[in-house]
Amino acid sequence: MTLFEKTATELQSLLHNREISVKELTEESLARIEKMDGKVQAFLSTNGEQALAKAEELDKQPLEGRGPLFGLPIGLKDNIVTKGIVTTAASKMLEDFVPVYDATVVDKINEAGLVTIGKLNMDEFGMGSTTERSAFQTTHNPWNLDYVPGGSSGGSAAAVAAGEVAFALGSDTGGSVRQPAAFCGVVGMKPTYGRVSRSGLVAFASSMDQIGPITRNVEDNALLLSAIAGLDPKDSSTSPQAVPDFRAALTGDIKGLKIGVPAEYLGEGISPEARNAVMEALKVLESLGAEWEEVSLPHSKYASPVYYAISSSEASSNLARFDGIRYGYRAEGVKNLEELYSRSRSEGFGDEVKKRILFGMYTLGAAHHEDLYVKSQKVRTLIAQDFATLFEKYDVIIGPSSATTAYKIGGKIHDPLALYANDVLTVPINLAGIPAISVPCGFSDGLPLGLQIIGKHYDEATLYKVAHAYEQATDFHTQTPVIWEGK
Amino acid sequence: MTQLTINEVKRHAGLARLAMTDAEAEMFAGQLDDIIGFANVLQEVDTDQIAPMTHPLPLYNVLRKDIPTDALDREEMLESVKEHEAGQIKVPTII
Amino acid sequence: MNFETVVGLEVHVELKTDSKIMSPAHAHFGAEPNMNIHVIDLAYPGVLPVMNERAVDFGMKAAMALNCEIAPVTNFDRKHYFYPDNPKAYQISQDDRPIGANGWVEIEVEGKKKKIRIERVHLEEDAGKLTHTDEGHSLVDLNRQGTPLIEIVTEADVRSPEEAYAFLEKLKAIIQYTGVSDVRMEEGSLRCDANISIRPFGQEQFGTKTELKNLNSFNFVRRGIAYEVERQEKVLLSGGKIDQETRRYDEATGKTLLMRVKGPANDYRFIPEPDLTDIHIDEAWIERVRAEIPELPDARKERYINELDLPVYDAMVLTLTKDMSDFFEATVAAGADAKLASNWLMGEVSGYLNAESKELDATALTPEGLASMIKLIADGTISSKIAKKVFKELIENGGDAAVIVKEKGLVQISDEGTLRTIVTETLDANEQSIEDYKNGKERAVGFLVGQIMKATKGQANPPLVNKILLEEIAKR
Ligand SMILES: [Mg+2]
Ligand SMILES: [Zn+2]
Repeated sequence: MTLFEKTATELQSLLHNREISVKELTEESLARIEKMDGKVQAFLSTNGEQALAKAEELDKQPLEGRGPLFGLPIGLKDNIVTKGIVTTAASKMLEDFVPVYDATVVDKINEAGLVTIGKLNMDEFGMGSTTERSAFQTTHNPWNLDYVPGGSSGGSAAAVAAGEVAFALGSDTGGSVRQPAAFCGVVGMKPTYGRVSRSGLVAFASSMDQIGPITRNVEDNALLLSAIAGLDPKDSSTSPQAVPDFRAALTGDIKGLKIGVPAEYLGEGISPEARNAVMEALKVLESLGAEWEEVSLPHSKYASPVYYAISSSEASSNLARFDGIRYGYRAEGVKNLEELYSRSRSEGFGDEVKKRILFGMYTLGAAHHEDLYVKSQKVRTLIAQDFATLFEKYDVIIGPSSATTAYKIGGKIHDPLALYANDVLTVPINLAGIPAISVPCGFSDGLPLGLQIIGKHYDEATLYKVAHAYEQATDFHTQTPVIWEGK
Repeated sequence: MTQLTINEVKRHAGLARLAMTDAEAEMFAGQLDDIIGFANVLQEVDTDQIAPMTHPLPLYNVLRKDIPTDALDREEMLESVKEHEAGQIKVPTII
Repeated sequence: MNFETVVGLEVHVELKTDSKIMSPAHAHFGAEPNMNIHVIDLAYPGVLPVMNERAVDFGMKAAMALNCEIAPVTNFDRKHYFYPDNPKAYQISQDDRPIGANGWVEIEVEGKKKKIRIERVHLEEDAGKLTHTDEGHSLVDLNRQGTPLIEIVTEADVRSPEEAYAFLEKLKAIIQYTGVSDVRMEEGSLRCDANISIRPFGQEQFGTKTELKNLNSFNFVRRGIAYEVERQEKVLLSGGKIDQETRRYDEATGKTLLMRVKGPANDYRFIPEPDLTDIHIDEAWIERVRAEIPELPDARKERYINELDLPVYDAMVLTLTKDMSDFFEATVAAGADAKLASNWLMGEVSGYLNAESKELDATALTPEGLASMIKLIADGTISSKIAKKVFKELIENGGDAAVIVKEKGLVQISDEGTLRTIVTETLDANEQSIEDYKNGKERAVGFLVGQIMKATKGQANPPLVNKILLEEIAKR
C-alpha cells in the first residue's frame, strides 16, 4: 500500500478503521524521505524520534473527536519557528538557532493532530525564487532533478511533489508559495493577508508575508488552511473574520462564475506554454458554466519595483535584529562592538540578503525616502485599487502562476531582471493583500505549469471552489514525477 | 554604467552594519544600479492625490489588555546567548 | 553683548502600566536582571508587538493634562538604530502622527506667569539597560526594554535655568496627578534632556544648539543649563562658534563635557510599523479618558486660595504633589481648620519626611489623626508644645490625638484655680525673682514661667499662666 498517494480523507478513513496507525503513517513518511531526499534535498532537518513519539501518543487518543488532519505528517518551511527544533530560515545566521517558542501555526497544527516531520529548505530568509539561495543545499525539482523547484518555498513544494509529505507549509511574500507550487505540480495557496497568523514566521516583509498550505490536491489544501487560519491575539494584523469550513465550498458548482483575465498576464514575457495552458483551462471552466472576459490591471507593470522597494525596506528593518548578541551567528575574535555587528552580519548573511538590505537602506535613506519609499506605497494603493475595481464585476481573476516552467539549476540565478519579470504575475497579489491559489494546469517538456486563481479579500472559499471544480475536470493532479517509480 | 559609487554602497553598508570589501561594494553597486534603474519607472506614475498604503487591510485599534503573562525564563534565554555573565548578556566594549 | 537663553526640553516619562507596551512581560522597576522579559522583548525571529491598551490610555491622559490636542488617527513607526540595549535595532515610537500635540504648561517664576508650549507628546518603548564594566565589556539587562514611555517635547520657549526648573516641577506635578507615572527621577521614570542655545537679544534666528544629557535631578538641569549658557557665551565672545554636539553634565564638577559631535542629521529611516494597526481615537474615547483625569494642581491651587482662604504660597506648596494635596484635603474634610492643617503639613510633617527621607504614605499618620490633633489645638485642649509630642506619636504609631492625650495625661491645664495655686507656690519659692522683676529684669518672668511649666510637665496653658503670673506678682 502506498500511503503517500492518498488524500487526507482517504487516510482518515484508514485510521478510523484501524487499518493503519499514526505511527505507521509517520514511519512511511520518514522512510519516503530516507529514500527520496538524497535526490530532492527538500528537508534541512527531520525530527524522526520526536515525530514517532508524538505518533504513538496520538494513536492512544480515541477515534471520536479526531479532526480531518489527525495523525497526518507535515513538513514546515524552515522560517516557521518550532520550539526546541533548530529553525534556520536557510541562513548561516541562524544555523544553530533553537527557538524557545512555537509559531501560532505550529500550535494550530498540533491542535489538529498533525505530526511535524521536519523543516524544509528555502531561499535564505525567503529572498529568492529558486531555492538556490539557501545557505545549506540546493533543492531539486522532483519532476526533473536538473531543475529548480522554484522558491522561496521550494523545499515545501518539492517535498509534497516527491511524496515525502502530503502536507507542507510555505510562506509567500511575493509568490513564494504559488510559484514553487506551479513549478512542482502541486497546489499552493497564498491566503488573504491576515488570514493566518504571522506570529513565529521569521519576518521578511511584514506587510506582505503570509503563511500558506502546499498540498497535492485542493481538498487537502482547504483542510489545512481551515486548520491554521484565524484571529490570533499575538498578531495584530490577523483578521477577526470568521474562518469558514473551506471544504464545504468544494461543491463543484461554478455556474455563472465571472472570471476576469488580465491582458497583462498573457502578454509580453509570458511563455507560449503558460499562455496556452491558461487558455485551455479557461475552456474547461467555460465548459463548467463559468464566463470569462479579458480585463486590465493597468498598474501591474509597476508592481515589481514597488514590491522590491517595499519588501527590501521592510527586510532591512526586520533583519537588523540579527546582530550576534542575543542569538544566532556571532563572529569570533572581535575587538569591539562595531566589529561584532559588522562581522557577524556580513559573515552570517548571504549575498542576496545583503543586496536586499542595501536596497532597503537606499530606499529608506533620507535622499530617496520620498521618491522611492513613499512613492512605492502610493503606487501600491493604485495596484490594490486595480484589483478592487475588477472585483466589483468579477468573482475571480485568472492567469498563469508563473511565466514559464521551472528553470535549470544555475540557469537564472544570475539574471535578476528575468526573475523580476515573473513577479508581475505574483507580487501584485501580495501588495494588495488578497488571496490566490495555484493549481496544476499542464506540462511542458515534462515540467508542470500552474494556473493562478486570484480572489477578493477573505474569499478563499471561492478560490477553493473554482480550483476544485477545475481539478476534478482535469487529470494533471493525478500525474506523478518519474522519481515516484521508486515507490 | 555605475551610477552608485562604491563609497555610497559602503555608506549604506556601514549604516546596515555590514562589513564590505571594495570588491564586494563594486559588485553590489552594479546590482543596485540595475534595481534602481528598474525602479525609476515609478516616477512616471501620477500619485499626487494618492495616499500611501502602509497596511494591506483596514484594521485599526487592535489592542490588548494590560495583563502580564508568559515571562521568558532567563536561563532559557541565556542558552542562545554566546557570552553572558551574572544573568546578563555580555557585549564587547563599545569603542 | 547681551545674550538671550533659548532652551527646549525633551522629557521621557515611564508609564505605570502592569505589563510592557508591546509585550506582556511585567513592567516594574527593581527586578533582578533579565527576569522581566518576554520573547517579544528579546526580538526573537517571528515575534510581533501587540499594543497595550492602557499605555495608549495613559499617553492620552498625560497629553490631555498637558493641554494637547489628541490626534484622531495616530500610528506607530520604527525608528532604526543599532545598540545593544535595543534588541530589534529599531525602537517602536511615533514619528509624524504623535498621540498629542500643541499643548502648554503654565509656570510661574518670580511672580510672573508664562506658558511653555508643548510641541508634541508621543508614545514609545523604553530600551534595556547597559552596564559598562571595568574589564572592557558591557552587560545587557532587558528588564526595562519595552516599558511604555511618553516623550514630551517642548517648543524652545524656556528662557532661563529657573524657567526650566519651574517647568519640570509643574510637569512632574501634572503627570503625577494623572496617576500615569511615578515620575521619580531617581528611578529613571522621569528623564530630561535639554537643547540649549543662546542668541543676541533682539535676534529672531536661533543660535546653534547643543544637546545636554545626563541630567539626573531638576537641580542638575538648572545648573547644567546655567553652565552651558555661560560656556556658550564665553565661546561666542571670544570669537568662536558653537558646534552642534551632545554634551553631558558632570555632577562632580558641575560642568558640561563633550560626548559626541552630531554628524549630519541622524537618519533613523522611519517606517510605519507594519505589525501594529493604526489607532483611531473618537470623542467617546477621549471623553472616557478625560473623565479619569482628576483636578490638576493649578485648579486645586486656585480653589485653596479662593475657597479655603489659604495664602498663595501655602496653596502652591500644598499642591506640588498629589499625595500632599490629597492628604491636606482629607485632613480638612475630617474637620481640621484649613490654615492650621496647612501649617502642620508644610512645617512639622514636611520636616519629618525630609529628616526621615520618607514618603507620606510610608508613615502612620492619617488625615483623621492629624485632624483630631488640630481640633484639640483649636479648642485649647492641648498647647502647640504638647501637640508636638502628640504629633510624634501620631506619625510614628498612628491613632487618634484625643486618645493619646488621655492615655499620656497630656491635657492642658486651663483651670484658673489650679494654675493660681501653682503660680502662688512658685512665687513663694522664688522671692529673688520677684525682686529682680520689680528692679526691671524682665527676664525673670521667663524663668518663673519655666518653673511653672516644669511643675506642670509642660501642660499648663501658657497664655493663662502668663496672665495669672503677672496678676500675682502685682499683688506682692
Ligand atoms: Mg527625541
Ligand atoms: Zn524618545
